[in-house]
Formats: sequence, C-alpha cells, structure tokens
Amino acid sequence: MKPSPELLGRLEERFGRAVIAYVDADGYPMSVATEFKVDRGRGVVVLDAVAGDAQPPHNERVNIVFSHIRPQPGVGYDERRYVSLWGALQPADGRLEFTPEQVQRWDEQEMSFFEYSERGVPQAHRYLEQVSAETGREVRPKLAFGWLFLRATRLPFLTATIVPVLLGIAVAGWTDGFNWWVALLTVIGGACIHLGLNVANDVFDTASGADAANVNPTQFSGGSRVVHYGLMSLRTITLLSAGFYAAGIAIGVVLAATRGWDLLWLGVAGVLLSLFYTAPPLRLVHRGLGEVVVALGFGPIMTLGAYFVQAQEYDLEPLLASLPVGILIALVLYVNEVPDRPADEAAGKRTLPVRLSKGTIVNAYAAAVGLAFAMIVVFALVGWIVRPALIAVLAAPLAVPVYRALKEFYDQPYALMPAMARNIQLHLATGVLLILGYVVAIVADAV
Amino acid sequence: MGVLPEPVEALLTTALVSELTVVDPSGRPVTHPLIPLYDGALIYLTSSILFSKKLEHIKANPKVSISITDPGAVKVERFACATIQGDATVDDSDLHAGWERVLPLWRAKEPAIDFFLGKRVAMPLFFERAVIEIRPRKAFLWEDGRTDRAPKVFEVAPVLA
Repeated sequence: MKPSPELLGRLEERFGRAVIAYVDADGYPMSVATEFKVDRGRGVVVLDAVAGDAQPPHNERVNIVFSHIRPQPGVGYDERRYVSLWGALQPADGRLEFTPEQVQRWDEQEMSFFEYSERGVPQAHRYLEQVSAETGREVRPKLAFGWLFLRATRLPFLTATIVPVLLGIAVAGWTDGFNWWVALLTVIGGACIHLGLNVANDVFDTASGADAANVNPTQFSGGSRVVHYGLMSLRTITLLSAGFYAAGIAIGVVLAATRGWDLLWLGVAGVLLSLFYTAPPLRLVHRGLGEVVVALGFGPIMTLGAYFVQAQEYDLEPLLASLPVGILIALVLYVNEVPDRPADEAAGKRTLPVRLSKGTIVNAYAAAVGLAFAMIVVFALVGWIVRPALIAVLAAPLAVPVYRALKEFYDQPYALMPAMARNIQLHLATGVLLILGYVVAIVADAV
Repeated sequence: MGVLPEPVEALLTTALVSELTVVDPSGRPVTHPLIPLYDGALIYLTSSILFSKKLEHIKANPKVSISITDPGAVKVERFACATIQGDATVDDSDLHAGWERVLPLWRAKEPAIDFFLGKRVAMPLFFERAVIEIRPRKAFLWEDGRTDRAPKVFEVAPVLA
C-alpha cells in the first residue's frame, strides 16, 4: 500500500528521527538514524546524509522507519507508534531523497493494541503450523486448566443465572416455603444449562465465522475465542457443551419427577431457547430475537422454574418480579453487542445494534432501564411484589455512566469496557436488592 | 564487562526500544521496533507468535541488525546511537514458557509486564513467545548521536553457542 500524502505530512510532527535500513555488501542489514524533512509537494522524504561506513546505497530499495514511544518511569512506556516505508533512495544536493512506494504502520492511539493483536491471530496459526511441521509434533498455545475452563465457559457470567434463580427461590420463600436441597439442585441445573449455552455459542460462532470476523473482542463480548485461538478443539468444546446440557437436563428431569411434571414444559422451553439461540436451524440471534430470548430465558423462565420447584405451582408474583431482571440481563447482552456489531453483521447476526442507529440504541437503552425500574416501583406500590423490594431502585444510578459511555464511546470498543462492566453490575445489584427485599419481607413477617 | 564496547552496552542495557532489522525472502530489509535485552554476551528480543513474520524471516536468513536511536528511550549520561550486526537464532522450543528465562531482563525495563502477565488469560496468544538470540559480530557507535560523522566500528569476538 502506498503511503497517503496525509500520512507523509504528519511524519515531522509525530516522529523525531528516521532510521534508514538497508542490506550491506556482506548481506547483513544495516540501520542508521538521521534527521529528516518531508517535501509534501513532491511526496518525498529528504534525509540528512550519513557519513563513513554506514552510508546507505543509492538507487536501491531501502526501508525507512519512524518509531516513537513515550517512556513511563517505573512502568514501561506508552504512545507506541511506527511507520515503516519502502522505496528508492537517491542522492540530492548533499542529502538523500527517499520516494516511498509502500507503507506498513501501527499507532496505538488509532488502533488499540488488543485489535492489533487480534489481527495477528491468522499469522499466529501459520507460525504454529510451521513449528509443528519443523518439530514433527503438534504445537498449540496453552493456558493453565483453571484459566482455560474459566475462559471457555465464561464462568463469571453465571450471575445471569444465579440472580433469577435465587429471586424465584426468594419469592417462594415469601409465599410458600423453602427446601434447601431443591434450591441447590436448581442453582446447579440452571448453571449447567447456562454454561452449555455459553460454550454452544462458541461452537456455532466458530462455525459461522463470527469469531474470526471479530477483531474487537473485549472481556465482555466476542465470546471465549478458545477455538479461534487454538486453545481447544471444536470437538472438545462441542463435547463440553453437550456435557453441560446433559447434566442440566438430567437435574431438570429429577426436579420435575420429584416436584411436579408441570416443570417440564418450562424446562423444555428453556433448553430449546438456549440451544437454538445460535444453533441452526432456528439461530434465533441471527433473526434478531437474541435479546428477547435472553430476557425470557434469564428472566421469567429461570425465576418461574426456581419458584415452581419450591412451591410446586405457578404464580403471577415470581413472573412479575422476574420482568425487571429479564430486561436488565437483555440490556447486558444489548450493550455487549455494540462493539461486536461489525463482526455480527458480517456473520449475519441481526442483533439490535446491527439493525438500529446509534441514536435509537442509546435512547432505547435509557427507555428500557426506565421501564425496568418503573416496574419495580409500580409492582411494589400496588402490592404485586413485596414492598421492601423497592430498595432495588437504589441500583438505578449505575445506569447513568453506561448511558453516557454509549453516547460517547459507541465506536470505541475498549473505551466502552468500563461501561459494560457497570452494566453487568446494574443487573447484579438490582437482582440482589430485589432478593434482599424478599429476605427483609420474610424476616419481618417472622418476627 | 561484556562482549560489546562499554558505550554500546550502556545503550543496550537501558534502551526501552530498538529497531530490529531482518531480511525478508525477497532480500528487502524489514524493521521492527522491539525491546532489546542484553546479558553481556547475547542480545535477546522476544516476539509473540501474533507478530511472528520476523521469526520466519530470521529462520530463513539469520543475518540481522539492531539499532538504538531514540534519545528519549534510553537513560545514559551522554546519548549515542549504535547499531549492532549479528547472527540470530530463534528459540521456539517452548513457546508457552521458554521465553520466561529472559523475564528478569524484560521486567527490569518494563515493570508493567508482570501486570500483563497476570492477565495472561485475557491475551493468551500474546504470551506464546519465541526468543530471538543475537550473537553480535560488529558494532557501530555514533558518539553524540551524530550520524553525519563516521561511526566507530568494533569487530566483536565470536560468542560461542
């Protein structure tokens, strides 16, 4: 790629010196620094002459490199950037004149180091294949087992399951009673289905090319990437996903058999929604239904299921209590989809951020948060959920920095990361406070 | 006292960045900014497999040079520029942990590396790394960093493998 006039025009303000690199008569590379100026009109770089043995050859292709870092004492450095140009070098009036023909560059202020690294993944695979061929053994990247499990399953996201399940148990504790072993099995079963879903997402995102297309993954978005990075095989994570689903389904059957077969339809709905979230033929997330599926699965389905296995009947109260939690977990997905939207679009995933404009996405976020907290206030005041659940509105201010960051950093995936974390805290804090509201009601009723 | 002249060693020991130039299969020089590490005999650089094209080039042609040219990136009393030519080998026998043998030298220049190493789970391929070992054969020193004057040239005694 030929360097643009804009790039050449900014060299003097961005870099203090040029390094001329060439191959000497012995076949060794030689590099020497010198002062430079850019002749913008002619599109050439004028370099001060170099003396002695280090003189570069004339009329040959050389590499001119401009690099910069800013030292940070006690830490290292930042402001990494470089521009590498190739072209012909010629003498001109006691100086050297360089005509650039090709450029390679990186500036961490224009492209984050994470994205720069992601773009290197295909090269990493090529290199691993070469080393494997040289050594005659398969060379793969590694992670310690615990870290690999954490990464592959995206374990920290289990809060999305634990909150609605504990909420269902808490509502049942208020209206009917509490059975601890059933509660434990419900949490484990729900967690297994959730982990099965997380891992299945990676199976299908790998197969659809969504992972490979995404060069802006973050801690909260872009999947686990364990297959994309070569840390685990597709077969292994497929088996892992199937194992989690099998364990979750088995626990669900045990709970249905012991607590009531009416649980079954809810469990079947939950498993199917979770599986067909990314799995063909339905691929619900590709059809623009991902947010709705997540709201249903990690809201009413989990909460009602957890309530049913305790109370052995369905009721309106756990359904109402679950609605704000369902909305807020859908908003976690919704915000996390913002940086993924180019890759999602390339892979045919019609998520809301793919389909809607920035303005609509930001305003809809504010409206959905408002709706979730309005529900809590109204439901508590009219007595559809317990009055102490009103304390959940204390979590509402957590939405403010998320809203602001969406407005300000919509196109900056890594600047958006703190907002993604805060958005997860919004769901967690609201859910925990709702549960606490029920615990307060139960304790107050008992004394 | 190492194998290189003292002013060159002072630059290598403190420089936060250097320019490694390798030769690609078409004979074209290709330069990469990297942190140079030095133990008195060999110059070490590490490279993630994410940015491993340079490793392929070195395996095909071990002739390399490394230059220190940025006055802002070194802590020496009197700045100078230096270029060292040498023969490089790539140690990729243990990409996962083999490079940790040069971690003490790396840590001395970039203490933040321990923080990033703690986040290895977040960037696993970045920490799959090869070590480039350079045996110096010739060094060029431009006192005061003035390359409009001829450099001092030092032939370096061979370092045994």
